[in-house]
Amino acid sequence: MELVTQALTGNRYALARLISLIEDDGPEARAALQTVYPHTGRAYVVGVTGAPGTGKSTLVNELAKLWRSRDTTVGIVAVDPSSPFSSGALLGDRVRMHDLVGDPGVFIRSMATRGHPGGLARATGDVVKVLDAAGFAIVLIETVGAGQAEVEIARTAHTVIVVEAPGLGDEVQALKAGLLEIADVLVVNKADRPGAAQTALALEMAVGRYAVNPGNQADGSWRPPILQTVALNGTGVPEVLEAIEKHRLYLHTTGRWAQREHMRARAELLSVLQQELLQLILTRVGEEQLQHLIRRIVAREIDAHSAAQTLLSLLEA
Amino acid sequence: MGKPLRILIAKPGLDGHDRGAKVVARALRDAGMEVIYAGLRQTPEMIVEAALQEDVDGIGLSILSGAHMTLVPKVLRGLREAGLEHVKVFVGGIIPDEDVPVLREMGVVGIFGPGSSTQAIVEFIRQQLAGS
Repeated sequence: MELVTQALTGNRYALARLISLIEDDGPEARAALQTVYPHTGRAYVVGVTGAPGTGKSTLVNELAKLWRSRDTTVGIVAVDPSSPFSSGALLGDRVRMHDLVGDPGVFIRSMATRGHPGGLARATGDVVKVLDAAGFAIVLIETVGAGQAEVEIARTAHTVIVVEAPGLGDEVQALKAGLLEIADVLVVNKADRPGAAQTALALEMAVGRYAVNPGNQADGSWRPPILQTVALNGTGVPEVLEAIEKHRLYLHTTGRWAQREHMRARAELLSVLQQELLQLILTRVGEEQLQHLIRRIVAREIDAHSAAQTLLSLLEA
Repeated sequence: MGKPLRILIAKPGLDGHDRGAKVVARALRDAGMEVIYAGLRQTPEMIVEAALQEDVDGIGLSILSGAHMTLVPKVLRGLREAGLEHVKVFVGGIIPDEDVPVLREMGVVGIFGPGSSTQAIVEFIRQQLAGS
């Protein structure tokens, strides 16, 4: 495929168009991914997640600058939510990434979630593969402003950075499951604001007791470091980069790397299978029958589980 | 559902009045478009690079500083040099009447001065970009 060849040999506009193709899905996108896939597996994928306004974009900008100063190339995928009503999106992460413009060693792409839950777009994983194949040594993914359940990044990235900021919640929030559990590195950003030390302390206690990312050692041999940063002026960012490198080394030396890759491949396969199966069923059943069952569910004649069984039995027949 | 239009909204030059750009960005978002908001103080080079990386269908430039006759040609030239001549450029802001035909001649597809309705802008973009 001509477009893939161009994209993988340094044509930046071809790369941008290939990403669009994959984002918009379809048979051509699948063919392209087939060609891209053998070239992947070289990039180190770092996820940056956290609540809206904690400073994810600014941290991504600073991390990328630091990597660039070491001559490491960086691809960035910044995800923002699509409106559930208009399906439009305002993708504003580039506003904080002006420092990276004009550098051929950086490629920034904004993505809308297009209705996909979990903090990433459906195609984010595939876009990461494209940047990987195009030779970017580091791929940084910035998730949507995440709450407590947007944890899909844990299946996509090698190292997950969870960004917190002072004053967002008490210790109980830190004890809740979800985002904290997927952290390989915890960052308290805006550490020049009051309450940063308390936030770090609350995280320290929560992490000590609960957070065990199954991608790390269950025996607690990786304890997510809690780092304080002021991303706006770069304070503390070198330590974050160092923690990422340390985690990378940890994954390699403990054999956790292979295990994470296995987990990733499994999650990806199951998710694709789910999509394809759903599509297959919907095509077989047809809109009319689907509508008929929906009306019956609304009328309380049948429950959703039984209706699904009815549809599945059609598939078997 | 077809693929959404992708539009870059940027403010080249040095004036800091981004209200108009934000209102337009929001209106396009509400019309179902994916708006890449690049923000203030963008050089023509930054705008062209963002348009390329984001593979946009159109660019909206908001200029209130009076520097449009310098900035717009630079953006258009940059787009041509990057092989992005198909990307439609529209301009909003304070543009004197006598400059309008000149900008159009250069290749700007739409010019929206003060008082333009967001609905008109949305419809214009949809028409201009139908089929992209």
